[in-house]
Amino acid sequence: MEYIIKNGNVFDPANNINGEKIDICISNGKIVEAVKDSAKVIDASNKIVMPGGVDLHTHIAGGKVNLGRLLRPEDSKDFYESKVGNKRSGSGFSVPSTFMTGYQYARMGYTTAMEAAMPPIMAKHTHEEFLDTPLLDKGAYDLLGNNWFVMEYLKEGNLDECAAFVAWLIRVTKGYAIKIVNPGGTEAWGWGGNVQGINDPVPYFDITGAEIIKGLGKVNEMIGLPHSIHLHCNDLGQPGNYETTLKSFDLLKNIEANPKYGERDTSLHATHVQFHSYGGTSWRDFESEAPAIADYVNKNDHIVIDVGQVTLDETTTMTADGPMEYDLHKLTGFKWANVDIELETGSGVVPFIYSPKSPVSGVQWAIGMELFLLTNDVNKVVLTTDHPNAGPFIRYPTVIAWLLSNKYRTDLIENSLHPWVQKKTSVATIDREYSLYEIAQTTRSAAAKVLGLSETKGHLGVGADADIAIYSFDPETQDPSTEYHAIEEAFARAKYVFKDGEIIVKDGEVVKPEGYGRTFWIDSQYDSELENKVVEDVKIKFKKYYSINFDSYRVHDEYIRKSSPIKLS
Amino acid sequence: MELVKDVPCPFCGTLCDDIIVKVEDNEIIGTINACRIGHSKFMDHKSATRYTKPLIRKNGSLVEVDMDEAIDKTAEILANSKRPLLFGWSSTECEAMGIGVNLAEELKGVIDNTATVCHGPSLLAVQDTGYPVSTLGEVKNRADVVIYWGCNPFHAHPRHIGRHVFSRGFFRNRGRSDRTVIVVDPRKSDTAKLADIHLQVDSGRDYELLDALRSVMNGHEIPYETVAGIPRDTIYQAVDILGKAQFGILFFGMGITMTAGKNRNIDAGICTIQELNQFAKYTLIPMRGHYNVNGFNQVCTWQTGYPFCVDFATGYPRYNPGESGSNDLLQNKEADSMMVVGSDPGAHFPQKALERMAEIPVIAIEPHRTPTTELADIIIPPAFVGVETEGTAYRMDSIPIRMKKLVETDLLSDKEIMEKILERTKEFIASK
Ligand code: SF4
Ligand SMILES: [Zn+2]
Repeated sequence: MEYIIKNGNVFDPANNINGEKIDICISNGKIVEAVKDSAKVIDASNKIVMPGGVDLHTHIAGGKVNLGRLLRPEDSKDFYESKVGNKRSGSGFSVPSTFMTGYQYARMGYTTAMEAAMPPIMAKHTHEEFLDTPLLDKGAYDLLGNNWFVMEYLKEGNLDECAAFVAWLIRVTKGYAIKIVNPGGTEAWGWGGNVQGINDPVPYFDITGAEIIKGLGKVNEMIGLPHSIHLHCNDLGQPGNYETTLKSFDLLKNIEANPKYGERDTSLHATHVQFHSYGGTSWRDFESEAPAIADYVNKNDHIVIDVGQVTLDETTTMTADGPMEYDLHKLTGFKWANVDIELETGSGVVPFIYSPKSPVSGVQWAIGMELFLLTNDVNKVVLTTDHPNAGPFIRYPTVIAWLLSNKYRTDLIENSLHPWVQKKTSVATIDREYSLYEIAQTTRSAAAKVLGLSETKGHLGVGADADIAIYSFDPETQDPSTEYHAIEEAFARAKYVFKDGEIIVKDGEVVKPEGYGRTFWIDSQYDSELENKVVEDVKIKFKKYYSINFDSYRVHDEYIRKSSPIKLS
Repeated sequence: MELVKDVPCPFCGTLCDDIIVKVEDNEIIGTINACRIGHSKFMDHKSATRYTKPLIRKNGSLVEVDMDEAIDKTAEILANSKRPLLFGWSSTECEAMGIGVNLAEELKGVIDNTATVCHGPSLLAVQDTGYPVSTLGEVKNRADVVIYWGCNPFHAHPRHIGRHVFSRGFFRNRGRSDRTVIVVDPRKSDTAKLADIHLQVDSGRDYELLDALRSVMNGHEIPYETVAGIPRDTIYQAVDILGKAQFGILFFGMGITMTAGKNRNIDAGICTIQELNQFAKYTLIPMRGHYNVNGFNQVCTWQTGYPFCVDFATGYPRYNPGESGSNDLLQNKEADSMMVVGSDPGAHFPQKALERMAEIPVIAIEPHRTPTTELADIIIPPAFVGVETEGTAYRMDSIPIRMKKLVETDLLSDKEIMEKILERTKEFIASK
């Protein structure tokens, strides 16, 4: 089927298109130069046209996500969808079930979402849930920052072996990127401990967070992965942690980006930086250090961040940062789930309530906003809520509206949030408002580029996948700065969403629920001879220390329905 | 003869994946590494009590029919029911389960699994209290204190102890002698005989013992000579050991989930483990019985948001254990048809539930003659997962394992059968 989208106000930052009326032609799932006269016309006059949204950090599939669902029936009780035709039912506010996850993203015009934490030994679980997650293109990051093999190679300075191992592991688990979570800290949590900062040696392994981050940063570029290392820094959520954050950022400063696929030019993606921008020494004198973090990002070109914006909801926190979740359980008294995973990682799940009236939650909200608004170049700051950690992804339209409207923010600060927001942060003094062009950057083009997917994602140029969102908001006659509820509603329920050239959403409803997107994964080998040697070594240790057989480790082809391997040569 | 290596065993929740199976002329003639029960499960695939053709009860006796007729009749019964119950799902693979959930949704019926009669209370306790767990490799590599509460792995999970507890691990390179084993069981079970400490708790008084342990852990003294049949000093001694551990693990089974207190016992058990984390690292693992009973809870949770007892009557998933559980529905005479997949409620359900099963149409997707098939009106024999067909299973610690196909069969897999039933059911519903 061919389509032509006419008269829309197109926002396509990757191609420098800022609200111009350009016709978009679609044929065979791709954006093309021209279509035949028989192409179906979609009238987008008085509407916004953008590439499909790209979420580069979300938790939607896998063991810990499912543990979040299992742990919290109360999250599902009043938030559900019914079966309609082929559209499956589902439930869950902060942790929706799989089918519902696909539908909800699609309704907002999001067409790509990356699962940010996959324990390699549990990779099949993540991929099994992907099989039941419709409509989206997706991929998953392998957790490697506490992996015993990685720590040993890096400790010995065997970077080549480490690269061979990592490339092999990502390939056999059908992963997409290197994820580092609280490097060294989660291993320490195996004994109930943690590490403080980046220079605290890991028990037994005697390596520091700094060495792990830097080592994997190098390994990433030796392999030439499309995405940079994806770092969740040490000390998450602790007052005063911004110093650790800045030190961690600086470790990658002199590492050259070397992707063998894509256009990434940065060596570090730092995730949910909101949780890592805290000053003070305790919750009593806790304050924002977001300006210092944004200043660093403004002055350095090796880094992209995503925010992890707090949305002021009751939600479910879930992370591979096991010790952090235990601390949260101790702090709140809320129920606590935890999974320690042999030789690799751990994770924790704890419900959390970000109450607007709570001083800490308010300041966290403000820090996120500061990071967005104080970062000059929006190509460096990607919109996330670290779903569901700082809030569920269904709140993205609200976050977008906050960014577009100073008035919306001011109303919230004046009328709903705790006075600490004005005392401990600068948010009330910032009147910057994002343009729709910048919204398209933070939710589309910036994310696609740092993922290495900008050839086909995050833009509307010829050759791109025809993933397109059309929103009912007229930028020529409506002003998002004042009509923020209208823009929020428009982004919550897209008028049309195209996925690979097919209409999957119309008038905010899913019309093609059986649609199924690709799974991106990295098919690479660092050095085949070295890999053989490394794998032989891995097999020996596997027998001794893993509880499954080596043969059970890999992810079989059956677990991928629409495979999209990226081969690195 | 061919030796197939690295085969997962489709029997118990230990899900050993290191079995070597001897195959000759499309038949399994032996195994290496499997325990006695695992071995017989592999050998069973050609047993005399195995069904090879679909059967329908006509005028009281079972007659062979072709697959289309069996599927057709199944779909008709389900589609014409007001409250169909799809039950079982502990001994099949995850894809079949996923289609089962889809079928339940299509029927506006109820789907439930065998957890309802084993670890269901654990699931409820998890939802109340939390779930601090670890994988079995963590136990092998780190654990210096191992507690078995209300379970007897020596018989129920025969290779569990050898593989994960008595074996050497990275930080426990002497294996057994690096670990203190505590068994809590009213009986002198064979597992208890291997223990360093056996707390022979009075039957049904686990909650009291947990309470006493927690009191002592939190600095209180016990004013009684004995609690739940255990002398005070023994409790002090146990707490002393627990407190001095580096990494402790609690394995628990039906001896505590299904005795007096049920989910309240597990609540207390989980709280104990959470509180022990003040002193050392502590986690727990439920000793799940069948090899993929956990898999159903996983699939059902990711598709619906809930692990079992899921009711689609309103068109969306609702969860109301105590009302939407299979035993509730049967005993209240609500369920008016029942499909059983990969389990044997006929052998495990209470009499009142069985009486209802005898009254309503029962469809069994089941390879063997069992007490359930005795009650069934339709029997559809599937291929054996892990022997004749592939699929995914989740071990007791939630590590997914790929089950293997070792021999050829003409029989359809559970997944294929479910697909056919789903398709046919949709047609019936559409034509109504
Ligand atoms: S312990 Fe369980 S899984 Fe292992 S061989 Fe025996 S029956 Fe099979
Ligand atoms: Zn995250």
